[in-house]
Amino acid sequence: MASSIKVRAKVSGDVTTVKTLISHPMETGLRKDKKTKKPIPAHFIQEVTCEHNGNNVMTALWGGSISKNPYLSFRFKGGKSGDALKIRWVDNKGESDSLDAKIS
Amino acid sequence: MSNMKRRTFLKGTLAAGAVGVAASTGLLTPRTVLAAWPTAAFDAKTVSDSLKALMGSDKLDGSDKIKIKAPDIAENGAVVPVSVETSISDPSSISILAEKNASPLSASFNLGSGTEGFVATRVKLAKTTSVIAVVKAGDTLYSSGKEVKVTIGGCGG
Repeated sequence: MASSIKVRAKVSGDVTTVKTLISHPMETGLRKDKKTKKPIPAHFIQEVTCEHNGNNVMTALWGGSISKNPYLSFRFKGGKSGDALKIRWVDNKGESDSLDAKIS
Repeated sequence: MSNMKRRTFLKGTLAAGAVGVAASTGLLTPRTVLAAWPTAAFDAKTVSDSLKALMGSDKLDGSDKIKIKAPDIAENGAVVPVSVETSISDPSSISILAEKNASPLSASFNLGSGTEGFVATRVKLAKTTSVIAVVKAGDTLYSSGKEVKVTIGGCGG
């Protein structure tokens, strides 16, 4: 089954740049359904974590004001080509997904 | 359904937020979402309250070592690319706030020890606003801001 997470991680020298795109509606809970006029319930990713070789490299805490299908990029030192990366997200409904990737 | 609601209600601090979300979504997972998610900070209505809830302080030191990259004019307020880069050493976190959003705190990134002071993402801006980046290093909160004009607001309004 396709993951909701796409990731590109490239190392240059000692620095690995990670770019990730996650499929997620990121509903704020403030929008109203145009037909029923009822508010569309809040449904957004609250936390994204990235682990490198099992160590947490970055934790992102998000609210509903992060755009739909969120993009995230960050950089860290000490990675090498072939190293393991794990990206995981959890949303306000308790849903989650994760992806194991390698630094290229 | 009411059985699950009772269990969640009994779970303490997360109860208020969880029940609110549950009531509006009609959905409940018995699993607690995240003890670490700072609900008060994300619900706060002013920059000052967001920072006090998230960091324990709203005292900011202006810094020229923080670069915010964001468009001067955002055509679509629903998707505004923002990147924050800082040369301040050993940043432990970078946070992004949109002053005029109903809830200003957009995101907070906790950085590991080997992680660089750089984050990029895309945010929703309700209207023309100052985008504020707060970098925490040690006990100090450094900040910088950039005005972004928004032609079409980003919250579905």
